[in-house]
Amino acid sequence: MIEIKSITKKYGAKKAVDDISFTVQKGEIIGLLGPNGAGKTTTMNILTGYISSSKGTVLVDGFDILKNPEEVKKRIGYLPENPPLYMDMTVIDYLSFVYELKNVKLPKKEHLEEVMAMFKIGDVSHRLIKNLSKGYKQRVGLAQALVGNPEILIFDEPTVGLDPKQINEIRSMIKKLGKERTIILSSHILPEVSAICERVIIISKGKIVASDTIDNITNSLTNSNTITVRIEGIKDDVMKLLNTIPDIYSISSKQCPEDGANDYTITSNEGIDIRKPLFFALSEKKFPILLLTNKSLSLEEVFLELTSTQKNIIKEETEDESDIKA
Amino acid sequence: MKAILKRELKAYFTSPTGYIYLGFTLLLSGWFFASANLFAQSADMASFFSSVGIIFLFLVPMLTMRLIAEDKRNKTDQILLTSPIKVSGIVFGKYFAAVSLYGISLAIMLVYPAILFLHGKPQLGTIIALFLGFFLLGCALLSIGLFISALTESQITSAIISFAVMLFLWLSDWIVSTIGNPIVAKVLGWFSLLKRFEEFTLGVLNLSSIVYFITFSAIFIFLTIQAIEKKRWS
Repeated sequence: MIEIKSITKKYGAKKAVDDISFTVQKGEIIGLLGPNGAGKTTTMNILTGYISSSKGTVLVDGFDILKNPEEVKKRIGYLPENPPLYMDMTVIDYLSFVYELKNVKLPKKEHLEEVMAMFKIGDVSHRLIKNLSKGYKQRVGLAQALVGNPEILIFDEPTVGLDPKQINEIRSMIKKLGKERTIILSSHILPEVSAICERVIIISKGKIVASDTIDNITNSLTNSNTITVRIEGIKDDVMKLLNTIPDIYSISSKQCPEDGANDYTITSNEGIDIRKPLFFALSEKKFPILLLTNKSLSLEEVFLELTSTQKNIIKEETEDESDIKA
Repeated sequence: MKAILKRELKAYFTSPTGYIYLGFTLLLSGWFFASANLFAQSADMASFFSSVGIIFLFLVPMLTMRLIAEDKRNKTDQILLTSPIKVSGIVFGKYFAAVSLYGISLAIMLVYPAILFLHGKPQLGTIIALFLGFFLLGCALLSIGLFISALTESQITSAIISFAVMLFLWLSDWIVSTIGNPIVAKVLGWFSLLKRFEEFTLGVLNLSSIVYFITFSAIFIFLTIQAIEKKRWS
């Protein structure tokens, strides 16, 4: 359906996108994941024909974006990072402008009503876009991409700047849309991509560093031998006990918010499930376990893992892993 | 193209621009008409148009400053450029929107010759030539404004540069007369829109002048398309 062959985009000497190739099958939902400035938006802008690549080709349904731009653009609905809304228009005027601009052949009134119903913007259809809240503007942006029922939808960071309730709504809308359409969306939030997408392409510094299902990527990277346990009791005593348990490779501890307890990050030797021996050892000495979690990878860690050459070095975790995740 | 024309024309009237433009045009042209024709008891509209021409140096940038600069700033060019429509369609849509509003203001100004016909016997041919010439002159100025709007993201910069360029063109006859070098003078003379317009004020419908204005506009529309295309490639 979509075939991207070694596209490169240079801004002066800097390569924003460096030799990226991937294909998307019909009906897939693909996530482009990467930190800000990784080249996600540039890739999407090339894919939609907003800018041209310095090298490489984009084929959609066999049509080249440079040779047959109209054929390609007809098949794509695009929501850029900032929804391209005319603030001085009402929602309905704007959507009917988009309808005419895209030269859509479907029955106008029914089609626009259908699109507005899909994103629940019917009740604001006669309000000026500039007076709408951010969440509604985003929905109008999504509705705009749906005008003309394109087979391919491209969403650039569709949930940025929304509140958690709106984020959930938009995510479920995208999931619903993905049942019939091919979707490419970008994000810098790992859980978002894992919630929506079947396959993820991770981009860093303009290059693809991984392309696989989200489970395969995290599984291959997650150190399943590492767990975090919150244990009540005096730290020195607990440490002493933990050190007697066999097969533990390393232990580190840090303060936790609960009184009289500490968090311990425990790594066991390869292939050993340490949880049961840990539980029995602790219960015997009356050290209650308050919490036990598998260490999950934040996006930052995924990047570090994927881009670092020494993959098997065990990192001692400290505080700042939470700010990227949410 | 039609969708963009419609939107742009509407946009003039969802912002104050359209009203300010029409208001100023009609206020000042009415005043010039009163002083040049009514009070002077003259049926000759040539002097009226040469006065009105000067206020259009201010009014034309007002019509064109927004056209492309605003799309670039608000990123609404993303919807235009990713829609199945050619860049030329976008540019023509915007250009004809400005031309339409300009045409509407000229159409309202037809009231003035109508008043003259009620009370005297002006030469119909001369008046037709004047209106046609002034329309073509405006189209040429609008194309310059459109091009400059495509070069910047700021409406104010676009307006100021457009005004400066148009003023330069307006004064080019006078500038040419002060230049000794005959080649430079000749080249500058090509850009003298006013000299071409003067032919119309004499009541002459000269085909070469009509072609001149249309070519002039076409070149700037072409340059506008190139400016947008270039930005996508760089």
